[in-house]
Amino acid sequence: MYRYIVNRLLLAVPTLVGAAALVFLLMRLIPGDICLVRLSGGGSVDADALAACHADLGMDRSVLLQFLSFLGGFATFDFGTSMWSGKPVSYEILTRLPISLEIAVLATVVAIAIAIPLGTLSALRQNTWTDFVIRTVAIAGIATPSFWLGIIALIIVLDVTSAVSGTPWMPPIDYVPLWQDPVRNLSMAILPALTVGYRYSAVTMRMTRSAMLEVLREDYIRTARAKGLVHRLIINRHALKNALLPVVTLIGIEFAFLIGGLVVTEQVFNLNGIGRLFVQAVQNQDYTLTQALVMLVVAVFVLTNLVVDILYAWLDPRIRYA
Amino acid sequence: MAALLEVRELRTEFRTGAGLVRAVDGISYTVEPGETVAIVGESGSGKSVSALSILRLVPDPPGRITGGTIRFAGRDLLRLSENEMRQVRGGEIGMVFQEPMTSLNPVLTIGRQITETLEQHRAMDRASAQRRAIELLSLVGIADPERRLRQYPHMLSGGMRQRVMIAIALACEPKLIIADEPTTALDVTIQAQILELMKDLTRRLGVALVVITHNLGVVARYANRVNVMYAGRIVESGSAAAVYRTPQHPYTMALLRSVPRLDRPRRSRLDPIEGQPPDLTRLDRGCSFRPRCRFADEGCAAARPALETAGERDHLAACFRRGALLGAEAAE
Repeated sequence: MYRYIVNRLLLAVPTLVGAAALVFLLMRLIPGDICLVRLSGGGSVDADALAACHADLGMDRSVLLQFLSFLGGFATFDFGTSMWSGKPVSYEILTRLPISLEIAVLATVVAIAIAIPLGTLSALRQNTWTDFVIRTVAIAGIATPSFWLGIIALIIVLDVTSAVSGTPWMPPIDYVPLWQDPVRNLSMAILPALTVGYRYSAVTMRMTRSAMLEVLREDYIRTARAKGLVHRLIINRHALKNALLPVVTLIGIEFAFLIGGLVVTEQVFNLNGIGRLFVQAVQNQDYTLTQALVMLVVAVFVLTNLVVDILYAWLDPRIRYA
Repeated sequence: MAALLEVRELRTEFRTGAGLVRAVDGISYTVEPGETVAIVGESGSGKSVSALSILRLVPDPPGRITGGTIRFAGRDLLRLSENEMRQVRGGEIGMVFQEPMTSLNPVLTIGRQITETLEQHRAMDRASAQRRAIELLSLVGIADPERRLRQYPHMLSGGMRQRVMIAIALACEPKLIIADEPTTALDVTIQAQILELMKDLTRRLGVALVVITHNLGVVARYANRVNVMYAGRIVESGSAAAVYRTPQHPYTMALLRSVPRLDRPRRSRLDPIEGQPPDLTRLDRGCSFRPRCRFADEGCAAARPALETAGERDHLAACFRRGALLGAEAAE
């Protein structure tokens, strides 16, 4: 198993280099650059100032040299400084990562807690009243944009709290870690996590249902019934473990997406997360920061995939012993 | 002695898009304790459904048992509550399925799949269930049972998996085992081993066996009695010896004739049964074998023949044209 994990991590290196090359090139294909953005406040740009700015940010070097220094920096865990704020990229990211990570984890917990029991129930009661209700809830979850749901949730919370206490409840603005002040932390994270978790659970629920329906038709389920096992055992031990395989894959993909992909939701809830930082970095044409953020997302995908594969091996002995 | 299993007028229907399918249409047979009874027929004759019906494992919907009684050890299985029925399944009646490749759960160890039955029905603890599982694996002829117990189904060959299935069926010392085409998916050499094993074990342990098969060779060697099914009904029933020696139904005759035999000249041609099994949604009131029967006349279209004593005692056949049949047989 150790060997397998080490192998997988080594295989991630070419993926990371490929992603680095791609984002490096794409960023430079965008017309204009950060110095133009910075200096063009009045309309015309002074050529000397522009050259000085380029020299200052190292953009006067050849593209190849810039790329190599970018790669070299990554290899030594030196991610450089943000071209816009002048602060280290690692600082910029680390101040935003906790909230994004927390929302991703919470949303995943919410999604799993809702999706697996309800998806299973939906499959077991296929084409009954229960199934239709659950499926409707799931379809609605897929069709409803998270930001809209977020706005509605916020309005409801504000209206209810102001009706009850006279003043509307305001979520905290700056992030405090969970272990320092759980109440303050959760009051900030719980609404976005529920909103995102609902859509996430809807997708997962549908996957659980269809995987479960497929597994329930398998011969080994009939064998389990012919052995006279109680229903609970047939579902939990025999069916669920097999049905979870595709669900785990889906959860992995969704989780990785949440780290950098919650641009609009972060906007709605006024959260200072990775998604927002991403948009700002691209708008400012902040090469170093954008590159680092893309690499972060790629790394998250690679790691999540590894975790998914390990879970797969744990769930399915055919993979474990292959 | 009272029969162990007595199936009376069992009817199982499927509601499909094409209409109502009477997969099992009023079949009756008995199984004495320790006896091996074969149910023979083509694909689609309802033989597997009749087996699943005994344990009430027919998927509902679309299937449903609509009539009859299944008396097993003095009780009507069709009247038991789901809870009582669960105790019969695996506890008093063991089942072996056709596909050993897919009938074992791929993500559970062999050991788990044996011990869970024991824990369920015998309230055994892990350790004693484990010991019993090792005993069972040796009983079905699996070498190195301790190691096999920790393995997963994909690590075993088809024949081994079928042995495991048999071990599971035998786990709680049932009085009856139902084997649905237990050897169809296996290599010919393995088939014989599995059948010998089942014959040996059922004889040694005094377990009755209902074996569902389309293989007449299996019947000849292993069964005491035979029920031949066609289109959801039993068309001939009797001791294996009598049915082989003097078949009393044209379908049975044709079946016997369609089996390749080594004791006939190699040049002589096989005699397959012409035509297809009937569409069960479109049966008329006549004999369902009539379209494929070379003895059929107008009388066969008017009504369905009932099972009647034919030849020896306990030898039954459902055919109006038995007279013509016997004449033809004598002429050959």
